[in-house]
Amino acid sequence: MDLALAPETLARWQFGITTVYHFLFVPLTISLAALTAGLQTAWVRTEKEKYLKATKFWGKLFLINIAMGVVTGIVQEFQFGMNWSDYSRFVGDIFGAPLAFEALIAFFFESTFIGLWIFGWDKLPKKIHLACIWMVSIGTILSAYFILAANSWMQHPVGYRINAERGRAELTDFWLVLTQNTALTQFFHTITAAFLVGGAFMVGISAFHLARKRHITVMRTSLRVGLITLIIAGLGTAISGDLLGKVMFKQQPMKMAAAEALWDGQAPAPFSVFAYGDVEKGHNTVAIEIPGLLSFLANDDFSSYVPGINDVNKAEQEKFGPGDYRPNIPVAYWGFRWMIGFGMASLTIGLVGLWLTRKKFMLAPGLRTGEDEVPNLVLFKRKALSPRLGKWYWIIALWTMAFPLIANSWGWIFTEMGRQPWVVYGVLRTRDAVSPGVSTAEVLTSMIAFTLLYAVLAVIEVKLLVKYVKAGPPELTEDDLNPPTKIGGDRDPDRPMAFSY
Amino acid sequence: MELHDVWFVLIAVLWIGYFFLEGFDFGIGVLTKLLARDRTEKRVLINTIGPVWDGNEVWLLTAGGATFAAFPEWYATLFSGFYLPLLIILLCLIVRGVAFEYRAKRPEENWQRNWEQAIFWTSLIPAFLWGVAFGNIVRGVKIDREMEYVGTFWDLLNPYALLGGLVTLTLFTFHGAVFAALKTLGDIRTRARSLALKLGLVTAVLALAFLVWTQVDKGDGWSLLAMVIAVVCLVGAIGAIQLGREGWSFALSGITIAAAVAMLFLTLFPNVMPSSLDPAWSLTVTNASSSPYTLKIMTWCAAIATPLVLLYQGWTYWVFRKRIGTQNIAQAH
Repeated sequence: MDLALAPETLARWQFGITTVYHFLFVPLTISLAALTAGLQTAWVRTEKEKYLKATKFWGKLFLINIAMGVVTGIVQEFQFGMNWSDYSRFVGDIFGAPLAFEALIAFFFESTFIGLWIFGWDKLPKKIHLACIWMVSIGTILSAYFILAANSWMQHPVGYRINAERGRAELTDFWLVLTQNTALTQFFHTITAAFLVGGAFMVGISAFHLARKRHITVMRTSLRVGLITLIIAGLGTAISGDLLGKVMFKQQPMKMAAAEALWDGQAPAPFSVFAYGDVEKGHNTVAIEIPGLLSFLANDDFSSYVPGINDVNKAEQEKFGPGDYRPNIPVAYWGFRWMIGFGMASLTIGLVGLWLTRKKFMLAPGLRTGEDEVPNLVLFKRKALSPRLGKWYWIIALWTMAFPLIANSWGWIFTEMGRQPWVVYGVLRTRDAVSPGVSTAEVLTSMIAFTLLYAVLAVIEVKLLVKYVKAGPPELTEDDLNPPTKIGGDRDPDRPMAFSY
Repeated sequence: MELHDVWFVLIAVLWIGYFFLEGFDFGIGVLTKLLARDRTEKRVLINTIGPVWDGNEVWLLTAGGATFAAFPEWYATLFSGFYLPLLIILLCLIVRGVAFEYRAKRPEENWQRNWEQAIFWTSLIPAFLWGVAFGNIVRGVKIDREMEYVGTFWDLLNPYALLGGLVTLTLFTFHGAVFAALKTLGDIRTRARSLALKLGLVTAVLALAFLVWTQVDKGDGWSLLAMVIAVVCLVGAIGAIQLGREGWSFALSGITIAAAVAMLFLTLFPNVMPSSLDPAWSLTVTNASSSPYTLKIMTWCAAIATPLVLLYQGWTYWVFRKRIGTQNIAQAH
């Protein structure tokens, strides 16, 4: 059979498409849930209307987004059994448990309380209603944790033994699966990266309105919240990324060697800035490098030895038998770079933005006309230059929205493709994981169906987001400002439902 | 009773929970065409399940996740074997979830009508296909020595399974009609009652045929008991709706679903997916289950989480216990 249409290839494409698509919504859901909860907390504590408006505005965008996250998540759970049945048979004993935990502990939480939050505005007292969005937020984070524990087990299998009689891996230490350093660092890194997405989303949309001098009070607050989120998350992503990198150098040396296009082991090893190589011959034809940096990233020591692709390949051939144990090196190399580059760009924009919008510029006398003043971004003594440059800052801020998303997507592509040809590193090969009974036609059908549906839904979702972004925060009504004091609502039962479908 | 037997029961419970809960919200979806006279009434129906359908759907995800963890072989054979029907169900559930959330997000009538169409079809098709899937599981499918499904898509469309599909479709729609009568006010409530009565009679005929067929083919004493409970409760639910006792009717139609699903699981045990090629190749609670250690951890998790889930989901239904009517729909959109 033509290799391009082998069920394994198609199943991998399908997994890649559905996972990357799903993961466009996940980080935004995780971060917006918490940010919305934070804004609503500010409303409950201070009773300032701008916080309630902000809660409703960002909450609406959150709901549009979470809907897609939830429905595309169902595909993920079904897909293991449909396309990867031999994988499911082999690792179900271990991998299934965190999935089941996710459903029982996290997902029930999230989806039950989201219903309460959407419809609860005029049914629940203010504090209980606030608790609901926090429950949703906790649910999304727990959900991420269990999924990442499962994924980490595929990156670095622990707490199991092989049962030869049943031909499968069996769990021996669940606690270890949940608490191994791969799972914890990956969780730390993914959550901080998720907040990078949410922070940039808030910054971009706030900038969009501020540039047009609209909804200033709400958007100025949102801009600052977004910028601070962006910075904290950016620093967190960098720190956790460094930690995760060190773990990966020990656990998956091949992945990290591929990320660096380091063909042969070196001591000290240089960090590659740009490389172009020949995969067949196993060397780079062009390489721009920073000496010693890779050694430092791997081992905290500028002169230590780092094994290269060819060394690890050889070691794995000795251990697992003949074969090619190299992942797709250009994808790993560039994926790693896009991830770091776009992630760090987001952090930089956050830092610059916070500097530009600090109180001095926001509220300096002579620069403001009142409470509703737009940040002037005046950095220059020549006043004529300021508005022109200011405009550019708003445009960059808007583009920032895309950066962490690109970084997140490439991060996952790098993580998952860097592990190939293994599906469970060192234990199960991807080609042995596919469903033997599923035909090429079936996988092709589902791949086309999902891709088409996802494409249509992407257009719908983006259009809806744009519509609600442009509409801005809603005007508050009497009902909004006077929430019920009793559970179940205590006012006119015939009034229209506030947040209904 | 060993742990894998416990998990067989728990998975049955999860499916019962799923069909009980999503059963009525599938039913409401179908009723947007059968019961609602105009768009305002459609919106009333959709709003009766608005706060809860998402939580209902998680029962399916939990059933899937629990099967993966407790019976990996069952999960693998079932999901790869029933590939195309599951694909259709998945596509429906994706569109359905988005439809509920996005329908009111734009004011244009066209936009809303399209999503309402989507809600009808994506409720009807899975409601039917779940019955087909379970019909096939109970009947037994072509599973080989390697635990692989070797039949085709068309093998799944046999008379017994198709009848099963009609039963779930009508039963869920009936259950939904009773729910609609329970949750609405005014004219729509009256019509929901009389429609429920008609739907109940159709359901009774189909369900009786399917359950008797199952009993004759595979049944024992316990399954007979479950069948009797299902039939008696269904008749009770129809009677109660005629007497205007909507709460009782809903409880009884729920028990009907629970008993019918329980009957299917009782006829399965100790198999989880019988092979129609050779009984020796059937997947059973022993040869398809996880290791005792995994099952033990899962049991702890379920023992702690399940009561909590029931508690807060129950609370949701209590918070939204008030009936709603056309007066609750804002005229703006």
